[in-house]
Amino acid sequence: MSVVIKVEHLSKSYSIRHQGQSHYVALRDVIAEKVKGTLHKTKKLVTNKPVLKTPVKEEFWALSDINFEVQQGDRIGIIGRNGAGKSTLLKVLSRITEPTHGRISINGRIASLLEVGTGFHPELTGRENIFLNGAVLGMHRTEIKTKFDEIVNFSGVEKFLDTPVKRYSSGMYVRLAFAVAAHLEPEILIVDEVLAVGDAEFQKKCLGKMQDVSQKGGRTVIFVSHNMAAIESLCQQVILLNAGKQIFKGLTREGISNYLNNSFYSSSLLSLADRADRTGNGKVKFMDFKILDDNNEYVDSLLSGNTYTFELKYKNFSKLAFKNVKACLEIYDDRDNLVLFLRNDFTNDIIDINQDSGSIKCKIENLPLAMGTYYFALYISINDLETLDLIFNVKYTEVVGGNFFGTGSQGLPNQCKILTKTQWI
Amino acid sequence: MAEINNEFDLVIESGRSGKNYWNDLWRFRELFLFLAWRDILVRYKQTVIGLSWSLIRPFLTMVVMTIIFGKLAKMPTDGNVPYPILVYAAMLPWQFFSTSFSEASNSLITNSNMLTKIYFPRLIIPASTVIVNFVDFLISFIILIGLMIWYHFVPSWTILYLPLFLVLAFLSAIGAGLYVAALNVKYRDFRYIVPFVVQFGMYISPVGFSSNNIPEKWRLLYSINPMVGVIDGFRWSISGGESQVYLPGMFLSIGLIVILLIFSLWYFRKMEKSFADII
Repeated sequence: MSVVIKVEHLSKSYSIRHQGQSHYVALRDVIAEKVKGTLHKTKKLVTNKPVLKTPVKEEFWALSDINFEVQQGDRIGIIGRNGAGKSTLLKVLSRITEPTHGRISINGRIASLLEVGTGFHPELTGRENIFLNGAVLGMHRTEIKTKFDEIVNFSGVEKFLDTPVKRYSSGMYVRLAFAVAAHLEPEILIVDEVLAVGDAEFQKKCLGKMQDVSQKGGRTVIFVSHNMAAIESLCQQVILLNAGKQIFKGLTREGISNYLNNSFYSSSLLSLADRADRTGNGKVKFMDFKILDDNNEYVDSLLSGNTYTFELKYKNFSKLAFKNVKACLEIYDDRDNLVLFLRNDFTNDIIDINQDSGSIKCKIENLPLAMGTYYFALYISINDLETLDLIFNVKYTEVVGGNFFGTGSQGLPNQCKILTKTQWI
Repeated sequence: MAEINNEFDLVIESGRSGKNYWNDLWRFRELFLFLAWRDILVRYKQTVIGLSWSLIRPFLTMVVMTIIFGKLAKMPTDGNVPYPILVYAAMLPWQFFSTSFSEASNSLITNSNMLTKIYFPRLIIPASTVIVNFVDFLISFIILIGLMIWYHFVPSWTILYLPLFLVLAFLSAIGAGLYVAALNVKYRDFRYIVPFVVQFGMYISPVGFSSNNIPEKWRLLYSINPMVGVIDGFRWSISGGESQVYLPGMFLSIGLIVILLIFSLWYFRKMEKSFADII
């Protein structure tokens, strides 16, 4: 066993602009700032008074002081909440962006798969794209040629090889793209969340392929995912990141429970109104999330089979009322699997947003969840076009028991989280 | 330090990427070819007449230029070179330069997806754009041959110098393209500046007329535009020396092209590290 990756004191900072909201720097702004700067200096010279300069840029440390070693043949998972620095770490490892401080030493051919189908061109046929994408991922032409049939078989799009990929369904596109990637044979493979696409069966196939690659070939895999089940089945070790810092490195099981506790803990610490890790345009923000039982009393733990009302309090910052918005409530289990997805338009319920503040209520009868811990994600948008607010890890709640079936049975919570009544004849 | 460097194939550190850059460029040559191949394939997809576009565009521009400068403005030609050949000999390098320049300047942005997901020497992208245009450029030589046959114009030994000027045209396109491509990543203002420069450049370069129309005392100043050297060179070698070359101006143009290329490479390499972060 030899060390193939050694990361020492790795840090990466970005400067974030506060005033300039635009995505890119305009020449006009640069010139204007230069002029302003000179004016300030001359003013200072003349009046001899220091001029207050408003800070425009702020340093943001996406990664700070990361240290770890990876042995040959290791399968390492990198986990952490959104914005913890996982993707930045992968980008630095795969040389897309430079570290600010620190050093990474790598031994062996490295290939990174941060996205499936990078370099795919919609106008080209499947056949042409296999070659192109292979080259983008660092394969040689001869290598692609020898694996061509295997790739086509794996993808299952034989019939459409000479059709431009713009005519492909999204599923076919992803399958073809992953098929190319799966046949990469580097010594070190870096994979980001690519399994989040495609259907369940295909995901399983990919995971199996990755496992194969690392076990048989003795290859090293670094894998980022939010899917704890995938991490658990693929990786022996995990690195847990939080706000750019490495807070845990060790066995997978330990790391996952650490992560889950950590994310519940930190999210329950802050009130919803103060949470910054949210997406959306900020016109409307969720301020509070409460669960009421059928006596209209607030509860923290739930019983399966009972009736509950979820109350989503919001504040409207835009001073405009919004008609017919889409509100969505997602319930995740302790392995980060989405188990329930509730949305108002499924049931043709109409929700309008008041001008200032209010609450949205969602009532669920016969709660079909088995014992276990769950947490919520809230989402509100205008026709899926404009995200008003999206926030994960909202509340940590436990289903502690209950009598869903009316027979006293709890189901098998370790096997399946969803309960439903059936008749056996 | 030295020990660690020997132990590992690759060390990533801030400001270190320079060392194996040229090696990497060689290692990624296949990607370079594939990207060029992709752009050539895609270029005329879903067009009815396909490749003919690369013949029609310069041909029509040549016809218009001949009518405006040769017939209406009655500009003199060089020696007894037919005016269409005089114009077309200049159209070739100009069209190559202007399309490469404007496409290279946008190339990084149109490929931003690859830039943020995959490592490779970024130089590959604008360079492959220029190569694609070079292929178009070579194809449009067919029209020149057609014109020569039509006018019974026999080129002389000077045509042997043409490859030299081809290289010069290539270097000036790469030089200008790289610089603006890097600037465009940070300042999207160049999206608006580039088309303007191209349009303007056509009139200040001797495309529709011979640069012998420029008064002698202004010739050196006129040659500050590096395309003047390239275009005059093309004319001289294609017309068999009928178009006189103003030597001091030629050397000035060559010098400026070399300086531009070196400066652009330096600037591109300097900015390259931050492309993925700011694009």
